[in-house]
Amino acid sequence: MKFIPNILFLIALITGIVFFAKNVKKLIRNIKLGQDVDVSGNKSQRWKNMAMIALGQSKMVRRPVAGILHIIVYLGFIIINIEVLEIIIDGIFGTHRVFSFLGSVYGFLIGSFEVLAVLVIISILAFWARRNIIKIKRFWKSEMKGWPKNDGNYILYFELVLMSLFLVMNATDLHFQTMNSGNVISQFIAPIFSGLSEGVLHIIERSAWWLHILGILVFLNYLYYSKHLHILLAFPNTFYAKLTPNGQFNNLEAVTNEVKMMMDPNADPFAAPAEGDDDDVPAKFGASDVADLNWVQLLNAYTCTECGRCTSECPANLTGKKLSPRKIMMDTRDRLEEVGKNIDANNGEFKDDGKQLLDDYITREELWACTTCNACVEACPVSINPLSIILDMRRYLVMEQSAAPTELNNMMTNIENNGAMWPYNQMDRLNWKDE
Amino acid sequence: MSETLIVPTMADLMAAGKTPEILFWVGSAGSYDDRAKKITRAFVKILNKANVDFAVLGTEESSTGDAAKRAGNEFLFQMQAVTNIEVLNAYEVKKIVTADPHSYNTIKNEYPELGGKYEVLHHTQFIKQLFDEGRIKPSTKTYNGTRVTFHDPCYLGRANGVYEVPRDLLKLAGVELVEMKRHKRTSLCCGAGGAQMFKEPEKGDKDVNVLRTEDALKTNPKIIATGCPYCNTMMTDGIKFKEKESEIAVLDIAEIIANSQDL
Repeated sequence: MKFIPNILFLIALITGIVFFAKNVKKLIRNIKLGQDVDVSGNKSQRWKNMAMIALGQSKMVRRPVAGILHIIVYLGFIIINIEVLEIIIDGIFGTHRVFSFLGSVYGFLIGSFEVLAVLVIISILAFWARRNIIKIKRFWKSEMKGWPKNDGNYILYFELVLMSLFLVMNATDLHFQTMNSGNVISQFIAPIFSGLSEGVLHIIERSAWWLHILGILVFLNYLYYSKHLHILLAFPNTFYAKLTPNGQFNNLEAVTNEVKMMMDPNADPFAAPAEGDDDDVPAKFGASDVADLNWVQLLNAYTCTECGRCTSECPANLTGKKLSPRKIMMDTRDRLEEVGKNIDANNGEFKDDGKQLLDDYITREELWACTTCNACVEACPVSINPLSIILDMRRYLVMEQSAAPTELNNMMTNIENNGAMWPYNQMDRLNWKDE
Repeated sequence: MSETLIVPTMADLMAAGKTPEILFWVGSAGSYDDRAKKITRAFVKILNKANVDFAVLGTEESSTGDAAKRAGNEFLFQMQAVTNIEVLNAYEVKKIVTADPHSYNTIKNEYPELGGKYEVLHHTQFIKQLFDEGRIKPSTKTYNGTRVTFHDPCYLGRANGVYEVPRDLLKLAGVELVEMKRHKRTSLCCGAGGAQMFKEPEKGDKDVNVLRTEDALKTNPKIIATGCPYCNTMMTDGIKFKEKESEIAVLDIAEIIANSQDL
């Protein structure tokens, strides 16, 4: 009987971790549905980007209020989680505050956790107010209805409860309070419980302890279903983000090969593919569904935390057009999840569901509203590139479906005929000299 | 009506057995658009004054393919790119200057992979060099203290990180530079990029160029300066929409420098 709490704890811990591992596996499987993309080269720059942007939050603080609040919550999250190590050891071995032998060091650690917990609570309340009372515009755009809106609040409630449990746990821990070292905040909460008997206090302390660790395990498994996944994926995402100038759009290799063939007078268009050339399926130009995108773009979609900084700087969105770069990312993730579930339900094989990312999620009207200005790319605090998805989908529309707006077709015909976007004679190109 | 510009073509120079210091890539807007042609001429005046040994491709130049690529027509883009690269490489071009940030971005960033490797400069960068090397002297007499706001072209600024050079030039002309709330990294697009220039905008409550013009008007400027022929068109249209064309001029940096040099 004595070991029942230890066993229950182990079961909870293992269940939590196993479920999480399963979700991570699914996550990786889904991301790998994307096309290969070359992410080699300049590893040191990649590490530097990760250190600066994800770890160092350098792009978060470009908006100082949200940036600083976020850093507090982020630091609180990381640092207070050191405490989880002690909770796990205590839980498994039935010890109580196993690190308390560290004396003043322990006091200092827990003391700083308590201060951080209070700062986190304040920041979370501020975040909540920004979303629900001040109603900052970017949190109330049309794509932020239903789950995305609730998700944002659930995360805040979760964190609020976890931090409160941590403080209550400390406040009701008589042993810890009598140590009188590190209880910088909880000593002021303790009087609230002063009328209670030692037994009741112990029950409250144990309940807070259990709820705290169970809450963390539940939260861990909530990540996969939530925008909160960014706390993990921000790191690989900033690592694999594009290193070339924002303005540089990739040149499609499949097109290069065809253009080379056309320009080369010696090329034999009917030649059999070279030995070892196994891709006999003709390349599809551009993207109409998630599997046509590359895996970094899919990683981008899972990393997006729906903060909406992109959308709030998008010229199309600011002028009332339907395009929202955030929605592009959310749609990509939603479709990818749908494809993943389809694969799970069909024994690992995707069964055509008659749907795709184009039209069923992202409309043409959205795609054609983009000015390719890179405002969204520049604004993203974790280096997501919505523009690359927009461009790949335009490529599909134009090259696979010839479905560009009429005016653009005219523009392209002009380029083909006379080397300019307007129907002017090529021979008049130098007329400006004498006008 | 206007004074003669010295504009040699690569073909002329090659026939004479000469290679110029730079190739001036005029771009389609700079060649055909009436407003942009004035920018082209202003820049050439500066080149002439500084005795820059340059040439243009003239009728051998063709669209870079920027608009086609951004509209999604990668095929047309690469056809244009490969054709242009063939011409440029045949003339053994090493250094290109252009007054169009779109051409600048495309040739600088997207051509190398397709076999076109050149040193590419935006005209503001080149003019800055001319000042730095003393080939032209700054003069503040035309624009001393004039209130000017600078609209960052996306393909110069965010796309390639060139924010300071155009501002440096404006300061050299002695203007009082006033920044819009959205500038540099957070600058708002004029609405022309990504082939939007060539189509009607999608349904919304406002045109992008009007919103950007409102940004500019808030700084109460005499001049809206920019460094892109497309931005110029969009801002000029915006100023007309706001019926401010008699009070506010939309000028390219090259025009401001040329005017300040009495050219």
